[in-house]
Amino acid sequence: MFITQVLNGLQLGSIYALVALGYTMVYGIILLLNFAHGDIIMVGAYVSWLVMAQLGLPPVLAIVLSVAACTLVGVLIDKVAYAPLRNAPRLSILITAIGVSYFLENGAQLVFGADAKVVPAYTDLTTVQVAGLSLSFPSVLTVLVTIAATVALTLVVQKTKLGKAMRAVSEDMGAARLMGINVNSTISFTFAVGSALAGIGAVLYAMAYTQANPTMGMMLGTKAFVAAVLGGIGSIPGAVVGGLLVGFAEVFVTALGLSVWKDAVVFLLLIIVLVVRPTGIFGRTMSEKV
Amino acid sequence: MRHEKTEEKPVISASASKGDTGVYRRLPMPARYAINAVVVLVLLVLGELMIDGGAINRYQSTVLEQVGIYIILAVSLNIATGYLGQLPLGHAGFMSMGAYGCSIFIIRTSEALGVGARDFVTGTPMTLLLVIGGLIVGGLCAAIAGIIIGIPALRLKGDYLAIITLAFAEIIRVVMLNIDDVVGFELTGGAAGLTGIPGFSSFLLVFGCVAVVCFLIHTMMKSRHGRAILAIRDNEIAAEATGVNTTYYKTLAFVVSAFFAGVAGGLYAGCVGVLQPAVFGFMKSIEILVMVVLGGMGSMLGSAISATVLTILPEALRAFSEYRMIAYAVVLIIVMIFRPQGLLGSYDFSLSRIIERVMNRDFPWRKREASPADEKSGEEVSVDAER
Amino acid sequence: MFENVSRRQFVTGSAAAALALGLVGCGGNGGGASEGGDASGAIKVGIMGPHTGDNSSYGLACLNGTQLYFKQLNADGGVNGKQVEPVVYDEKGDATEAVNAYNRLVQEDGVTGIVGDVTTGPTIAVAKASVTDNMPCVTPSATAADVVTYGDNYFRACVTDPEQGRVMANFAVEQGYKSVATLYLNGSDYSEGVNAAFCEEAEAAGITITAQESYAEGDVDFNSQLTNIIGTNPDAILVPNYYQDDGMIVTQARAQGYDKVFLGVDGWSGIYGGSENYADAADLHDCYYCCAFSSSNESEIATKFVEDYEAEYGETPTNFCALGYDAAMVLANGLAAAEEAGLEPGSDDYKQAVIDGIASGTVEGVTGSIAYEGTGDPVKSSLIITFAEDGAEETFEVLEA
Repeated sequence: MFITQVLNGLQLGSIYALVALGYTMVYGIILLLNFAHGDIIMVGAYVSWLVMAQLGLPPVLAIVLSVAACTLVGVLIDKVAYAPLRNAPRLSILITAIGVSYFLENGAQLVFGADAKVVPAYTDLTTVQVAGLSLSFPSVLTVLVTIAATVALTLVVQKTKLGKAMRAVSEDMGAARLMGINVNSTISFTFAVGSALAGIGAVLYAMAYTQANPTMGMMLGTKAFVAAVLGGIGSIPGAVVGGLLVGFAEVFVTALGLSVWKDAVVFLLLIIVLVVRPTGIFGRTMSEKV
Repeated sequence: MRHEKTEEKPVISASASKGDTGVYRRLPMPARYAINAVVVLVLLVLGELMIDGGAINRYQSTVLEQVGIYIILAVSLNIATGYLGQLPLGHAGFMSMGAYGCSIFIIRTSEALGVGARDFVTGTPMTLLLVIGGLIVGGLCAAIAGIIIGIPALRLKGDYLAIITLAFAEIIRVVMLNIDDVVGFELTGGAAGLTGIPGFSSFLLVFGCVAVVCFLIHTMMKSRHGRAILAIRDNEIAAEATGVNTTYYKTLAFVVSAFFAGVAGGLYAGCVGVLQPAVFGFMKSIEILVMVVLGGMGSMLGSAISATVLTILPEALRAFSEYRMIAYAVVLIIVMIFRPQGLLGSYDFSLSRIIERVMNRDFPWRKREASPADEKSGEEVSVDAER
Repeated sequence: MFENVSRRQFVTGSAAAALALGLVGCGGNGGGASEGGDASGAIKVGIMGPHTGDNSSYGLACLNGTQLYFKQLNADGGVNGKQVEPVVYDEKGDATEAVNAYNRLVQEDGVTGIVGDVTTGPTIAVAKASVTDNMPCVTPSATAADVVTYGDNYFRACVTDPEQGRVMANFAVEQGYKSVATLYLNGSDYSEGVNAAFCEEAEAAGITITAQESYAEGDVDFNSQLTNIIGTNPDAILVPNYYQDDGMIVTQARAQGYDKVFLGVDGWSGIYGGSENYADAADLHDCYYCCAFSSSNESEIATKFVEDYEAEYGETPTNFCALGYDAAMVLANGLAAAEEAGLEPGSDDYKQAVIDGIASGTVEGVTGSIAYEGTGDPVKSSLIITFAEDGAEETFEVLEA
């Protein structure tokens, strides 16, 4: 039973971690808490539903289109809502992000209704045997994808030219522009990567939990966001550690028979970590200049 | 700190008239207080008479009560958002603390004193005392919550503060849901909700509170303390360097904001009569935030007006209710892109002029003595001197 | 910074603005509406519920059922020759909005009766507000015990949470289950109400409650709760929630290898065969829930309702649709009594006559025969529903009242 709970925590934690990676990517570059990130996942899940359940197309196409749609929506949101506010006060951008999130949620409710839609199974494979344990296929896949995404992201950010540009923009947008970096396209690229991750998250989520509803991004987004902040927002390993931490915290509080306090504990954990280490576990402390 | 800043930051009134002081006679402070009180009283009595006379039916007066409650919520959030420049996303949490604190206090004490629920509708001196006590208890509960979260939260900046207040509001909600099992007796009623709250909110009570709250917030913001809070908003490091105790003032603004949200929560309980923790979720916080942002951050008048409009509009346009939330979202984004200071930011001056015109028409004798638009720096000095 | 607006302007300004706007906003359609029917002789009734927002699936289902009944009633000549004119308001699942909608129905539209509200919180708020008007109201689906306790004017078409909990506890005893675990939604009065009643009743009957687990609104991963529950090896798991969550819970439990019984309540209606299949038919074996209505019900009146509903809306009706239909029928029955007495619509006597008519009458609804014996709670039969191998609902047992 203990092992089962560890596996439960691992599955939940990896989903959070994957979503938290998207938050962290965007925050790392333009210091924006993209509240709409969870809702982009919702869009991805609905696209999967549309493609498979409504159009009857094969799952591979659903996965491709979901990721593509999320990427597109992410970049579009940036262009329409965030780009005009690059130099505005942080408060304004944050409020805009909340607005975008509400727009997506209520838009989906208007179009698809409040009732959940069932996303058909992507694959017939439901369990895999690993070392004598029967594991659910979506959880194994989620863990693997999360590891792959972490490695890939780290490589992109550390080793490629674009990654270098991203780090430069994150360091000082003005100076980066003076150095000839195309700040706008770098930010768009970041949004594309973050949203594509959300698309992958959407597919994995729909695979594990089968339902899409307009507000599914809210709780998922909030938890993943807590995870990103816990781990130190802007840090890639931090997002993964934070995600797993939140996942395990939830599962173990439940395992102790205290399931009603599960969410309270997660949020309390966040408050404690922020008070003790205001930038999260792996966060960089930045000294403020006048 | 005045004119140089006014263009950049949302303030109550943007442009100052160029100073031709001394032309208009000014009223002494006591008279101004008295006139205030009289005008407010006249409006309250007028409203009450219209309700009693049937010109405003119960549907309309209930909506008016809600308008008043949202005005208090919006102007109180405005302290933290507009004046302090932070973004708390947990205002509904404070509101729920106040609502539960007030209701539980009133229910328990009226049981102990043998006051029936009917008495609250008719109103006796005892019930008035209880209600005022309840509202203060509610406010204090919220203020305590404000201190508990404010001290750790305010060490953090912008985004972190936003998320930590959101987290705290969620914790409050979960606690309200499950506290009964912990303390062992019925306190909040859990998910089933707290029922049996006497319907004590009335037009007079709500708008009396609106007047008092607006007055208190305004005087605070005009005082030394208010200026310290504004200085923190404009530049925290500079404020600290000039000797402002930033932690103290940030906490103060936060706690005052929470206190009034608690009072509004108490009024809400008396208006609706049933409390369920689910009501005070993230959505409610956002709803209040939208009011503040839309009205103009740092503009009390703007908050009050947008609270009014956003409460009445959905009532007037019930048929379009499906589109309301999506319209909220779009308006929020558009306002942020094109008018980050809030819709009424630029219109504030002309708007206050319109109200002045209305006021002057109501009281023509005022016009001869002093045009309110021209009361300015000299008055300010006298206000400060008083303190 | 505040030099241009004095304290006086502020306080009066805020109050004046609030008042002025308030009056402009509400005053437009000023309170001239007379209660009761208008000149054409139509009887106005209100329908309210959450038609947008998170609870809209339940609100809309009730609304469809209610409107279908009034439509059929009008086609048959209405009540006492008068057409029934429904006035529909959405309250978004919010208690404040519900009170506003109620006041508007009564004060501005002058309705003679109301079908609503749908969910518990808003319904309690409306019930409290409606006592002073003695307004006849029938809620299709608010199951909390409180709802009908504020005045004699409130009735419901469904059975209460505690009643459903008792029914399922009795069923568990009957089936010989020795141990039951529960998984409920923390924060939902419905889910918690059923859970509490079930546990109390079941323990009194000697059943061991091995675990009471909960989850929060918006949760989709129930694995750790289910691991706990399955670890206690119960004979059955009670899942007193709505179909979307139930579907996920059943699926995840089956994936963890639990193959015993699930018990549910009327929130399960719609889990399979409705707009979506929230669980695989293969996973729905050994699931039993109590309900007032099932599209599998073979009684004549239920079959006709299913046909009519499908013809009107193109989908299979759920429990909520049927309850909405029956609530309308109950109200219409009361209206008929008042009309027969020849009273003036909207008068206090008329309202009392409607209430008396409902209280003393019996209607043969699609969810069974509904009668009230001195309270607002109906005395009616329940069905125990289970699922066939292909997922189709089957009536397992009919429990007479």
